[in-house]
Amino acid sequence: MDDLDRRLIDRLQYGLPLVRRPWEALADELAAPPAELRRRVQALLDDGTLTRFGPMFDIERLGGAFTLAALAVPETRFEEVAALLHDLPEVAHNYRREHAYNMWFVLACATPADVAASLARIEARTGLAVLDLPKEATYHVGLHFPL
Amino acid sequence: MSACISPSDADLARRLVALTEAGLPLVEDPWGWLAERLGLSPDATLALLARLHADGAIRRIAAVPNHYRLGYRHNGMTVWDVADDAIERLGPAVGTLPCVSHCYRRPRKDGWRYNLFAMVHGRSAAEIDGYRAEIRALLGDACRADDMLVSSRILKKTGLRLGEPRSRMR
Repeated sequence: MDDLDRRLIDRLQYGLPLVRRPWEALADELAAPPAELRRRVQALLDDGTLTRFGPMFDIERLGGAFTLAALAVPETRFEEVAALLHDLPEVAHNYRREHAYNMWFVLACATPADVAASLARIEARTGLAVLDLPKEATYHVGLHFPL
Repeated sequence: MSACISPSDADLARRLVALTEAGLPLVEDPWGWLAERLGLSPDATLALLARLHADGAIRRIAAVPNHYRLGYRHNGMTVWDVADDAIERLGPAVGTLPCVSHCYRRPRKDGWRYNLFAMVHGRSAAEIDGYRAEIRALLGDACRADDMLVSSRILKKTGLRLGEPRSRMR
């Protein structure tokens, strides 16, 4: 990764400008040809430095229902429960965290009723109580990793 | 953030989600590429993107780095028990700290006292400890207890998918 790669990644985290010729606008900003910038983005995607290039949607604005939920899973059952959640399509992501509540996952469903049904199913299949923490207010979303 | 997105824009947005599930192609004229598939003109497509951006349905059209690859291996979900009469003032203040990537209010539950969540990412454990201290200093006396839940393993991570009603999934 050279200096231009770093400047490109840093800049592109803020988004492609919404103008008629976005790559040309970016090329002016970064003082590099537009085709070269696109080639570099492709290379950074190919080598795994970038995981995505595209629109970032706030999916909740398009409908759908979501929650953050947690389980306190006994260590002896951890892999079993992780596998169970992994196979549920509505589980968008799941992280182990170092806490009594050691499994934290996001459910993405079409309706609030689907969220409730999914939580009930997870409780029934694991025998564990789910801590359900739906978002009540968003104060900030803006993931940015300075380079 | 505006109150609602028109039904026709919401429908187009859903098509955009599907079209860009694997990302936006790296072509000279990305709006033209989308326009062709949406059956709109490039200018109408750009106007649609601008409206969806203004409505908050599209946050940005951006690159998402693999943060592990960039050295950001440490992430902490900091959680705070903030006085109810102060959270609407302090939540946005915490959200504007440069170290905080996501900040939300969530309900208290039996056995769970924390109502403010702020995610921090860093290149070392000491760095995220420092961010936690920064947030604590900002909250001051309004915060009665806090914790930081460090992630130690990604168990599942999928791209964005619009939830389909259960009845249609079978």
